[in-house]
Amino acid sequence: MKNLENVRDLVRYHGEVEREVYLDLENSTPIPAEVLQEMLPYFTSKAYGNPTLTHKQGWEAYETIMNAASFIARLIGGSSPEELCFTSGEAEASSLAILGSAEGKRGRIVVSTIDPLNILLPVELLEKRGFEVVKVPVDQEGFINLEFLSDVVNSDTLLVSTSMVNNEIGTIQPFREIVKMAREGNPDVIVHMDASDAYGRISFNVKDMDVDLLSLSSYKVMGPRGVAALYVRSGVKVERIIEGPIGTQPLWPGVENTPLIVGFKKASELAFKDFDENISWMRRLRDVLINGLLSMEDTVLNGPTGLKRAPDNVNISFLHCEGEALTIELSFKGVYVSSGSACTRRILQPSHVLTAIGREYEAAHGSILMKVSRYHSVEDIEYVLESFKPAVERIRAMSPTRRV
Amino acid sequence: MSRSPLPYSQKILELFRNPKNLGRMEDANASATAGSPACGDMIAFYLKIDENMVISRASFESYGCAANIATASMLTEMVKGRSLEEAWRIGWKDVANEVGGLPSVKFHCGVLAVGALRRAIREFFRRKGFRPEWMPGKETFEEKQALEEEELSKIISKKLMLGEAEEK
Repeated sequence: MKNLENVRDLVRYHGEVEREVYLDLENSTPIPAEVLQEMLPYFTSKAYGNPTLTHKQGWEAYETIMNAASFIARLIGGSSPEELCFTSGEAEASSLAILGSAEGKRGRIVVSTIDPLNILLPVELLEKRGFEVVKVPVDQEGFINLEFLSDVVNSDTLLVSTSMVNNEIGTIQPFREIVKMAREGNPDVIVHMDASDAYGRISFNVKDMDVDLLSLSSYKVMGPRGVAALYVRSGVKVERIIEGPIGTQPLWPGVENTPLIVGFKKASELAFKDFDENISWMRRLRDVLINGLLSMEDTVLNGPTGLKRAPDNVNISFLHCEGEALTIELSFKGVYVSSGSACTRRILQPSHVLTAIGREYEAAHGSILMKVSRYHSVEDIEYVLESFKPAVERIRAMSPTRRV
Repeated sequence: MSRSPLPYSQKILELFRNPKNLGRMEDANASATAGSPACGDMIAFYLKIDENMVISRASFESYGCAANIATASMLTEMVKGRSLEEAWRIGWKDVANEVGGLPSVKFHCGVLAVGALRRAIREFFRRKGFRPEWMPGKETFEEKQALEEEELSKIISKKLMLGEAEEK
């Protein structure tokens, strides 16, 4: 066997694939050609100035960023572009919301046990700095315990931060009730919602929700990586968490990345165009995939079903089948997915979401997370189902656990 | 060694795709497991040892990642035709080298494979009722690590059960 130097040759050595289906939209995304086309001139010939500067290229950059901010603010029901702060990604947007609203204050912070690490990790940092953190438990489908929430939000509570749609198991939370209960517990509480998995997939409006802070992610709507936004309702006090020269946004220092912001705007536009058709298409593919996989033995669906589940989310545990091995096996068939197995994570801990909904460790290690998009076809999903069966069988056949 | 758990070496992917000596051995005269499904990796090791204390055949089963499968498979190849003493002297770093190197987060896979092999050899002599002079009375690093991982999984499952009880 000759020495294969790069991934492409290495993969090709193990055989060509009939089709490639990328379902790992949780972790990254290819961007549609129309999004790239929209972005390209902003790298080379259009609005490439620093938006704070007083020349044509700067003015155009400022205009472009303000247009994008207005457009996205309108999509979520915000009232002005000033309410939107672009950041260099989702982790930065949620960190700004959490660390920025706690700066210089004291009090209790309330989150849920299944929130994404973009929420849990900044909150753990605050816990080390002396804040009291309460994690609200969820039921077996991932729905937050509202009674518990209402018990723990009191006059000492500074911040309630949680996600509207769970990124791993697709649970659509009763987010309006969550905000309402938080305000009943303390009218002065700051409420932050991570809308990364809600934006473009369920209908919501920041005004109706009565939310203070809301994180949006570009790549989660198939826009470019490296850009996200935090909605900050006017009048809500948040401090900067990064220092440097301020450009056009008071909460984010640095030179705004105009091409990425343009890509984020275009991706949002596409996600909201034909919204209802897109959602019912995704829901249909989702259910074909879920039902097909559940017809295999020793499988468990993680998260709720039907309208309570995000239209794009599929998360299934394959018992007696280690998840990382399965992702690699599927990759050789051209099917790209991720797993909640400890082995696929640098921290070597299985998914905290799956253990929080009561899954055994083994079920978490055998879990596979997939997201469908409007670009997937029925043929794609059929190919995925065909690929899964032999892959799961081969990995299971290696395992001694069925007898243990 | 690397910033991320991947990419795996060419050798690891080859062994993952086409593992050698895979499967339970019905006529094994020594076998052992190491790890647990709760930890996300477990290896079963089977040996056929002849009258001259030489390993004539070895096989494995694995519940684990590609590194787990590849290191276990490689170790079965490495011990074939070796005396028990020679097999005992194979350390986890030797296995890691043979598969073309392991990412640092996967070192424990090599450790677990060697732990399972040494347990099987130790068990073989325990049943024979004697301990050869080359075999230390105390457990080696690899055997201890396997045990630690299993203990950890018990603690974790206990914690999970306690957590549920508290909620109720």
